[in-house]
Amino acid sequence: MDHTKTFFLDGQEIPFKEGQTVFDAAMTAGVYIPHLCHNPDYEPHSSCRLCTVIVNGRPFAACTQPAVAGQMIQNDTPELREMRRTLTQMLFVEGNHYCPACEKSGHCKLQATAYDLGLQDNHFPQFFPKREVDATHPDFVLDRDRCILCGHCVRVSRDVDRKCVFAMTHRGIKTEIVVDSPTGLLKDSQLTVEDEAANVCPVGALMLKRKGFQVPIGERPYDQAPIRVDSVKNFKVREERRHG
Amino acid sequence: MPQATAAPVQEALLPILQRFDTDSQNLLQILVEIQHALHCVPPEAVDLVAAHLGATRAHVRGVVGFYSFLSDHYLGDYVIHLSDNVTDRMLGNRELAEYLCSRLGVKLGKVRADGRASVNFTSCTGMCDQGPAALVNGLAVTRLSRERIDRMVELITARTPVSAWPAEFFEVEDNFRRSDVLFRRPFEPGAAIQAAMLRGGDETLKDIQLEEAVDPASGTLWKRGADETLKELYRSDLRGRGGAGFKAAIKWETCRDTAGGERYVVCNADEGEPGTFKDRVLLHTYADMVFEGMTVCGYVVGSGLGILYIRQEYWYLKPHLEAVLARRREAGLLGGNILGTGFAFDIDLHWGAGAYICGMESAMIESIEGKRGKPRKRWPLPVVAGVRKCPTVVNNVETFAAAGMIALKGGAWFAAHGTMHSTGTKLFCVSGDCERPGIYEYPFGVSVREILRDCGGSEAQAVQVSGPSGTTITRSEFDRVLAYEDLSSVGTMMVFGPGRDMFEVVENFSHFFQHESCGLCTPCRVGTSLLVNLVDKVARGKGSPMDLDEIQKLSHIMKTTAHCGLGQTAPNHLLDSLLKFRPVWDARMMTTEFEPAFDLDEALEEARQLSGRDDAGAHL
Repeated sequence: MDHTKTFFLDGQEIPFKEGQTVFDAAMTAGVYIPHLCHNPDYEPHSSCRLCTVIVNGRPFAACTQPAVAGQMIQNDTPELREMRRTLTQMLFVEGNHYCPACEKSGHCKLQATAYDLGLQDNHFPQFFPKREVDATHPDFVLDRDRCILCGHCVRVSRDVDRKCVFAMTHRGIKTEIVVDSPTGLLKDSQLTVEDEAANVCPVGALMLKRKGFQVPIGERPYDQAPIRVDSVKNFKVREERRHG
Repeated sequence: MPQATAAPVQEALLPILQRFDTDSQNLLQILVEIQHALHCVPPEAVDLVAAHLGATRAHVRGVVGFYSFLSDHYLGDYVIHLSDNVTDRMLGNRELAEYLCSRLGVKLGKVRADGRASVNFTSCTGMCDQGPAALVNGLAVTRLSRERIDRMVELITARTPVSAWPAEFFEVEDNFRRSDVLFRRPFEPGAAIQAAMLRGGDETLKDIQLEEAVDPASGTLWKRGADETLKELYRSDLRGRGGAGFKAAIKWETCRDTAGGERYVVCNADEGEPGTFKDRVLLHTYADMVFEGMTVCGYVVGSGLGILYIRQEYWYLKPHLEAVLARRREAGLLGGNILGTGFAFDIDLHWGAGAYICGMESAMIESIEGKRGKPRKRWPLPVVAGVRKCPTVVNNVETFAAAGMIALKGGAWFAAHGTMHSTGTKLFCVSGDCERPGIYEYPFGVSVREILRDCGGSEAQAVQVSGPSGTTITRSEFDRVLAYEDLSSVGTMMVFGPGRDMFEVVENFSHFFQHESCGLCTPCRVGTSLLVNLVDKVARGKGSPMDLDEIQKLSHIMKTTAHCGLGQTAPNHLLDSLLKFRPVWDARMMTTEFEPAFDLDEALEEARQLSGRDDAGAHL
């Protein structure tokens, strides 16, 4: 191992390539860092803050933090697990996430991350927001109450599909998804099932219609393997695909 | 002003759109103009603007939704925003708001049915030394009183245009109470630029006309002047006056040395920190000094364009600032051939639209690019990739003013004032319970006690230093000094007299941060709301010691994980208050260890409304 190109993550020496982030280097080495707003296929966004790690004593988001030789980084510590649990609880209470009735259950990164972090309850009182549900599109339902504002649909529709179907509006706790169309409704937008943005939502906010129970409960991805295993496996597959 | 309908919208919009080209960076500036013209950005305007700029409607809606002063619905012929800083509250703005609403027959936050007027609260408008303050159709009104409100209501009833309202309503005093070495004497426009260009030459050169001395083709003296001025800035050890205290010379040098075509000089006049109003005074009375500092910066880093990003609350300064810029262009101090040397630099005004977050460097750059003011990823830094991804210097108004004087008088002169690690002087904005609120210039190292004595506030029980995001200081700490070595500060001092209930301060501040969170990151977006819920619960007398533990825990998480300074500093005032003013919290506690936030009787309200009952039996 070339020690001029490694850092230490919870004591484990991790190699990295020039320009790689702490997140990418860790995942390449098979070490899971919890995350929700980041998808390694797209530009990082550093908004959910679940991937916060302590680099040489200071907190940074691993998904945007460049790896530097010799960094001493904490990731899987009781303090960070506790913070990530709280951040996840925050996401649960600001929206309406009713897993037992949600078709996304078992595919949902929020739910899977909550299990991984050992979330027992929401802890905080629910906010019960009343955001608009848009079921006007023949193929999609947009339930803004299930949105965690990760911005995947915004970025992918803009950068990959080149359609800019989604944007954010308002701010703070009132932030929500807005749809690009003359009426503001999904049915009048350019979104189609072929779009990459159609399948990128990590939670149950943007879902395809008529797909209910196609995969039975118990056979869904996170029923098979916890997110930390699934996530690292997918990352490896992706790396191999990219670099042959 | 008539209610906006489709045809007038187009009519009103065309002249605005004609003034801006189709660069999408103009979006926010166009929307600001539309809001002023129509008192809203109606759907038809969204369509027209999106078409003009080739932007999506969703993007335009997203920007309208982000900024407080932009509205997707008509706000009335007379749009009244009442400043709601804690200092305004201490001057009775809540009672005045109630009085104004009842006189106008309007509900707070709603537009009167006939579309005549609306009344809303807004974050601090920067008039804390002469509050209670308001904005009427975007123009600052100071010293509100019942009498003034009576007159306003008469004028509104008579449909008198705001341009014909008594001038005294809009009088804004400088209240510059103490000046030190930086702001003592009048500033001669052009002197600092000339000094910068000639710096490093021998004494005889100073008698030569600049156009003879500077050869833009060979660039010898040109470059020497810039290099020598940068050295002076290093010698001065000037640190950014926006609060963070980053050394200006390092920023300027990094910008100069970063590869990239264009370079930008951005002056941060967003001053959203409640209780801060020094930019207002500097841009009113020392605008030349500020513009001169920006121009010197442009000269040093090799930039051709400066941008003054100024908060919407100071819209009333627009004619003044445009006049100063025009005068400087005429005098050859801006434009294509500054002082005849061939150096080209100009300054644009960019207006904010009501968002505290835009005072944060990278959020401001997003806003300059016409977008939602959300902070960028941490890397690369704006000095490397800022406006249009080009190297960009962002400095505070006061920093540029000081830099101009350093170019003129040298770094050693500046460094002779202040303390070892905090050179020079600093402006302090003093407001609240004191006899002489206003602007005070002191060398760094001045104690809180000295400022309190000078402003007539020695009786204070507490001072909020550097705004809600700063530090709460109690009597036992009044000998602490204002300098980066001890209390670093943007220059805000809000004074709380002995009779004040310090709990009302945290109520005001926590709501402020909730309102101003940009919503990007989880800890700030949700955390500021959770904190408000906890503070409000305590305010209702339902608090328990567990809630206070919860506030501390949440604060720790926000400070550790929030994306930017807003979320990281938003809990400071709560932690300070819990540490230093615990009795005001304890006095509001219910005695038990835990009280649920859930109120069973309140939860029955919906059922009572549905059943049309309100008798005793319908209550618990």
